[in-house]
Amino acid sequence: MTESHNIRIQVPVLARVEGEGGLEFAVRDGQVEELRLSIYEPPRLFEKFLEGREYHEVPDMVARICGICPVAYQMSAVHALEQVFGVDPGAHIRLWRRLFYCGEWIQSHALHIHLLAAPDFTGFDSVTAMAREYPHEVRRGLALQALGNDIIALLGGRSVHPVGACVGGFHRLPALEECRALLERLQAAREQAQALVRWCASLPVPQREQSFCSVALRHPDEYPLNEGRLASSEGLDIAIEDYEQHFEEFQVPYSTALHASLHGQDYLVGPLARLNLNLDRLPASVRRLVDDTGIAFPSANMFHSMVARAVEILYCVEEAIRILERQPPLEPAAVPVLPRAGTGYGCTEAPRGLLWHRYVLAADGTIEAARIVPPTSQNQARIEADLRTSLQDFGLERDEAELRLHAETVIRNYDPCISCATHFLRLRVRR
Amino acid sequence: MKARIGVYKFSSCDGCQLAFLNLGETLLALDELVEISYFAEAGMMDEDTPVDIAFVEGSISTAADRERIRRIRDHSGRLVTMGACATAGGLQALRNLADASAWLADVYATPEVLDSLDQALPVAEFVEVDLELWGCPVDSRQLLAAVRSLLFGVLPPPQREKLCLECKRQQAVCVMVTKGEPCMGPVTRSGCGAICPRFGRACYACYGPAESPNGSALGRRFEGLGLLPEQVARRFLFINSHADAFLEAGQRWMSGHD
Repeated sequence: MTESHNIRIQVPVLARVEGEGGLEFAVRDGQVEELRLSIYEPPRLFEKFLEGREYHEVPDMVARICGICPVAYQMSAVHALEQVFGVDPGAHIRLWRRLFYCGEWIQSHALHIHLLAAPDFTGFDSVTAMAREYPHEVRRGLALQALGNDIIALLGGRSVHPVGACVGGFHRLPALEECRALLERLQAAREQAQALVRWCASLPVPQREQSFCSVALRHPDEYPLNEGRLASSEGLDIAIEDYEQHFEEFQVPYSTALHASLHGQDYLVGPLARLNLNLDRLPASVRRLVDDTGIAFPSANMFHSMVARAVEILYCVEEAIRILERQPPLEPAAVPVLPRAGTGYGCTEAPRGLLWHRYVLAADGTIEAARIVPPTSQNQARIEADLRTSLQDFGLERDEAELRLHAETVIRNYDPCISCATHFLRLRVRR
Repeated sequence: MKARIGVYKFSSCDGCQLAFLNLGETLLALDELVEISYFAEAGMMDEDTPVDIAFVEGSISTAADRERIRRIRDHSGRLVTMGACATAGGLQALRNLADASAWLADVYATPEVLDSLDQALPVAEFVEVDLELWGCPVDSRQLLAAVRSLLFGVLPPPQREKLCLECKRQQAVCVMVTKGEPCMGPVTRSGCGAICPRFGRACYACYGPAESPNGSALGRRFEGLGLLPEQVARRFLFINSHADAFLEAGQRWMSGHD
């Protein structure tokens, strides 16, 4: 370590993340300075577009915020709008929505593990390069990704911007034969998902603990997807309607995405936060496998996020099997809704973490105001805090290429979705 | 020598790139067939090497975007737009209909730090486009057919027929005739597999305008179904609001009369 090791590192475009962002930091006198995860994708002003639209247009609009997690946007939106209208679509719709969401988690997590994150730990630049040395693992991963996509398509017609969900339920529910065929595929995939958990746990990741606050939904008896209260590892336990009283969003000058804090501190959302807070909600078979990995959850090592994703893939395969074996009723596909004025809240667990929506509606069902807080803006402050300590621990005397790769690895591990993060901006006029 | 391709992202949701990333084993086959020199999300980072085919996702909405698309055009043999954003501005082109600067000032505490043009525009407004792939999102089959054709040195045959034809081939029941749903199928380009009518709901035109769309006649039919002129307008001014035919029809209906 030399005090004269003063460098500036710029990563203009981060590789293997969703959307485009960059990173910049300086090392001066053994300290990380001026660290900025800069998100420069232009804002798409979705919250403004929603104003004046009718409630039934919302699911198709908000889906376009993110091609990787459109189901999450549709689910948070329909729950919020149903709250305004005082509608409960019933127990069977609840199960079909859970199945729909399982598809998205499987698809998004499999994509992240294999195409974005794992190459960092196997020493490759891309999945196609990694496939030459790990052909079996990559094929298994791509098959799981396809299974997730096919679950979404069963209920939504297609996996990107699906068309099946509506306020009140679904436009159509699948036929019995389609459900049976999917169930068989899921049963065959169970072993693959278990093997994936073991593989992810076996990959060499840095052993580094740090303290952070985990935030996720918590449900009385389920692993959280669509519903729950907001909980944190520091004892927060509030209704989703009270989000704005505890969490704050703020603008930083180098980013088109807002940052967020909980009681003035950064916090983590996403798979590791969820698993840390909801271990006791996993079925026994999944829990046993988690214990067998030898990793002690709750974990303070951020690099266990990849294992957490694999565990959630396995959970979703098991949950999808459970739902399809129960054979929920196939009708009615939706219950009728009657618009009325009011404010509604929806908060569900997107693959990357909490996705919070609030809508204010006029009596005819027209949107008067909307606010959407995506997971990546919530994680941004946490990513920057992590980078500062991680780079210090990694060793600032290392050469530029090593520091740069390590910084990118730290960022990718959070699975930031920049498309999501730039598409929402809270309306706040300061003059 | 293998042909080189690049995949470039601008302002978008990332969903059209998934038409590549969701290919499964075909993605590995594609990697054998061509050399992918730039595709940031997949980890290929060489943006400056000339490519034979450039696939562009997203709309152009900053001065930096404008410069970048010109550089990409300069080093690309064929340039293909992927999806509604690159081809017709996408959903965010709705800002073109409003006073975008005023919106930005409302939304940001310090709007002056932003690099943002007043509009979100299709790629073709800035550079020549060889092939447009419509759809929100594009579908993997469309994309692979385009790659295959372009590698043979030809453009794929244009697909501009109306969704109604695809809907009939799929043997879906017409939702406008049987349920009185305001379906955009009669003016919308086919290619999605008519999934909305197959799900019993009205098409919302995510594949953009078909050949010779008649927005006046369809709008009058919607009025007959009970829609107000502004509700008719909103159906045109949605995901492909910057496509000429939809913009024109939408603005006409928005002004309250046909």
